[in-house]
Amino acid sequence: MRVAASLRALPGVREAAALMGTPANHELLAAAGLAAPEVKDAGPGDLILAVEAGTDAEAQAALEAARGLLEERHRAREATGRVLPRTLDSALRQLPDANLVAISVPGAYARLEAMRALRRGLHVFLFSDNVPLEAEIELKRLAVGRRLLCMGPDCGTAYLNGVGLGFANVVPRGRVGCVAAAGTGLQAVASHLAALGAGISQGIGVGGRDLSAEVGGLMTAFALEALSRDPATEAVVLISKPPAAAVMPGLQAALEAVGKPVVICCLGAIAPAGGNARWVATLEDAAEAVVARLGGRPWAPRRFTDPGAVRARLAAIRGDRRRRGARLLGLYTGGTLAHEARLVIEPLLGPVAFDLGGGRAGPHRILDLGADEFTVGRPHPMLDPEGRAARVREAGGAAEIGVILVDLVLGRAAHEDPARALAAAIRDARDAAARDGRSLVAVASVVGTERDPQGLRGQIAALEAAGVVVLPSNAQAARFAALLLRPDLDATLLGGAP
Amino acid sequence: MSPDRLLGQPLRVINLGLEVFALELEAGGVTVVHVDWRPPVGDLKMAELLARLEETEE
Repeated sequence: MRVAASLRALPGVREAAALMGTPANHELLAAAGLAAPEVKDAGPGDLILAVEAGTDAEAQAALEAARGLLEERHRAREATGRVLPRTLDSALRQLPDANLVAISVPGAYARLEAMRALRRGLHVFLFSDNVPLEAEIELKRLAVGRRLLCMGPDCGTAYLNGVGLGFANVVPRGRVGCVAAAGTGLQAVASHLAALGAGISQGIGVGGRDLSAEVGGLMTAFALEALSRDPATEAVVLISKPPAAAVMPGLQAALEAVGKPVVICCLGAIAPAGGNARWVATLEDAAEAVVARLGGRPWAPRRFTDPGAVRARLAAIRGDRRRRGARLLGLYTGGTLAHEARLVIEPLLGPVAFDLGGGRAGPHRILDLGADEFTVGRPHPMLDPEGRAARVREAGGAAEIGVILVDLVLGRAAHEDPARALAAAIRDARDAAARDGRSLVAVASVVGTERDPQGLRGQIAALEAAGVVVLPSNAQAARFAALLLRPDLDATLLGGAP
Repeated sequence: MSPDRLLGQPLRVINLGLEVFALELEAGGVTVVHVDWRPPVGDLKMAELLARLEETEE
């Protein structure tokens, strides 16, 4: 994936993809118009490099560069003198006391490998997506039967004993155990906890479909039970989409059985009556509520950390008399963050479209650029920021767009400096609007900690230097964006006159 | 191995797929063996059948 990103940075290269010749990838290439006749016979063991460039010479140069990169990687690996095992079983001979298998192979093969791991008594972290639903049910039934964790499929992040797996922020160990889908929702809660001086004991991912009627919350219930017995966990946070109605009674029973304080953030769900758990509406609220609960303090949600600073910033922006478009465009790299932004904004601005197609009408749009439709043959936007940067620049030329709302996700395995590409693109977009006599406002929030490889403060500073308004959370950024388009909401969101 | 045996134990990980995850774990001081994973030769259906056979033999 990093090879594709390096190629895209070469002169004249418009698009580049590096993927294995699996049937699914052949379909993706065809859909992207990159199915050249030369690659039609490539099998699952072959790597396909596809490049779209201005000229044949540029394309050829890019392919040569790719060969160089791959050979370099090969030499680096050989230089370590280590022989890499080719299968799970040969790896087990090297590490007989392994206790976890992390799987990020293409979805079509993930069931096979996860099944093998579970049958050998190993817990599974299953990052792969595109795993069929029936395979997920089969894997989770087997896992629960053997008292093993099957974290995923489509689990982007987990924390076990203080160790982050997948896309994880560097956060302190602490007393809060999380059960999450899990991707940027878990990353956001872990980072907010860190900002509050609290830490994570465990962060168990279960995959986005676990609370569907089909999967029945199998792994959520199992993870809650594990946390109830984990001595390091003193309070529990559950982060998910709304559970299916059929799952609710079982989930509530599992939550009651935890025997520790529980905070629930099921984004978009209506809290059921009864029960001891505290239901909250946003990821930030989940972190704040659980910290208050552990400290024995009362807690109530607030719309902005610093309403005074928000008022001042709004006044400065509204003082700019240039034209500004009436539409909001959200360009997200985190799926849960995009979903949360929509939930915050819809009650304030009305319907928000969530894709490029027709779908629900309405002037505002929020795109999850990590969704399958945007990652055809290219890396996830958390690994390669250039795809989103191109969309930001494009928005600079659209007179109807007045506000761009973005997330920025830091952490291990994410891009080394995502703020640089985003800030450059926002600067270009704002300049393009200014040349047209318009103002364009960019609003952001950053998920991360100071200990992340990218460094939280430096990333925020880079965005602010490009004129971006950076809020302390995604929900606050979404509210701020809404206030820019609907000044009449000031009284509702900022509590009337200062 | 129940979760109680995992939570509280040092992680020892086998990584199949994206090498970056193995490198990050290693950088964090975790023992990890990265598998040079390749899709099974031939079609997936056959691989699934062989795996099921393997499962029933256990």
